[in-house]
Amino acid sequence: MKINIIIFGQLCELLGENLVLHNIADTNSLTVVLNEKYPELINSKYAVAVNKKLVTENILLHDNCTVALLPPFSGG
Amino acid sequence: MDKTISYERYHRQMILKNFGEAGQQKLLQAKVLVIGAGGLGCPALQYLAAAGVGTLGIVDDDVVCLSNLHRQILYSVKDIGLSKAERAAEILHHLNPEIKITAYAERLTTQNALLIIDAYDIVMDGTDNFSSRYMINDACVLLNKPLVYGAVSQYEGQVAIFNHNKNKNEEPVNYRDLFAQPPKENEVLNCAEAGVLGVLPGIIGTMQANETIKLITGIGKPLINRLLTFNSLNNQLYEVELFVKLETRSLIPGNKDEFSKTNYDWLCNSTVEKFEIDSKFFNELLATSNIDVIDVRELYELPKIEEVPYIHIPLNKLNESYSLLKADIIVTVCQTGKRSLKAAKELGSVFGTSKKIFSLRGGIIQWQQYAKQVL
Repeated sequence: MKINIIIFGQLCELLGENLVLHNIADTNSLTVVLNEKYPELINSKYAVAVNKKLVTENILLHDNCTVALLPPFSGG
Repeated sequence: MDKTISYERYHRQMILKNFGEAGQQKLLQAKVLVIGAGGLGCPALQYLAAAGVGTLGIVDDDVVCLSNLHRQILYSVKDIGLSKAERAAEILHHLNPEIKITAYAERLTTQNALLIIDAYDIVMDGTDNFSSRYMINDACVLLNKPLVYGAVSQYEGQVAIFNHNKNKNEEPVNYRDLFAQPPKENEVLNCAEAGVLGVLPGIIGTMQANETIKLITGIGKPLINRLLTFNSLNNQLYEVELFVKLETRSLIPGNKDEFSKTNYDWLCNSTVEKFEIDSKFFNELLATSNIDVIDVRELYELPKIEEVPYIHIPLNKLNESYSLLKADIIVTVCQTGKRSLKAAKELGSVFGTSKKIFSLRGGIIQWQQYAKQVL
């Protein structure tokens, strides 16, 4: 099971390129995996969208889904 | 009653299919408040004024400086040092004298926000900090005003329309549904730290103007409950559909009174500049009455303060001593200004906006040196 992760804004500095992860059941587990892999993420705020829909609670991930990590921007 | 339309001025947009005289009349009747006349606000204001939005409000308490000019394209070198809101209003008046433009050269606060916003139909957020963004969002929720949001970071920008009742039976999405709580100080860089290429807020601000015009005239598919991200390096657009989160509502002040007591600076942790004062300002404050000076050092620390009356409460005892603080102005002091800043933040969270709370930057040592110099 393949999960595509696309990242935005300053998360690119922490995670580098977009990622592909495998065999992650749901969005909560994804957060755990990402925090283990990139401890700096624990201190980052971001919204999560799965297949272009904002996640408002823990949801199941499916093969080949795309998860976007969207940090807040404040500049103007 | 319909206002008279200048057919010549608006001809090129009035001949557009689905826009026409009706669209122009809607623009002329519309009242749009643009908060922040900076990188996002300048291009947005320019297009909104040119398009004939009948009433424009501009809120900005800042003055023009040279480092603004690479992105804040309304201004020129001769505007440096002048109020952005007032200069923008004058410049836009020359562009379109047929519309009404009001400048608010003041900082939007919990005391004036509801009053200012209430006079407009649509709010456009062109600010550059989280405190303002959360305050504006909450005010728009309370007043039921649509919010055209835009923000940039380095080479990327976000645009969305929040708090718009697309369907009367559904609760509209607001900014807190996307980002419930403001990030802490160290969790995100601001524009000054992160940098920005001038064109990017130009693009995002122009997109905000476009969304505003679409909302007013009812054309196209405005970004209601959708967040659009634009990457200026690779031209990629990414759109996400937004949804209401159940817990969001509890984070927003329930009424105007609660709103006026919410301390957004504290919530967003952007408190350092807000609290810190220099020795000169400290002396000016000392000349006023109704001030408590709190020494938060340990009781044995030297030098002792001899110049002014003060209350001695070591930092770790502060939480037992709030009731001792009676004055409206509180200045915390310590040796170098670090512990006093912690104390000021703590007091800020306790007293909110009910007291003015400051921390003496550089501490007692620097202040005593300063006092010697000015004597």
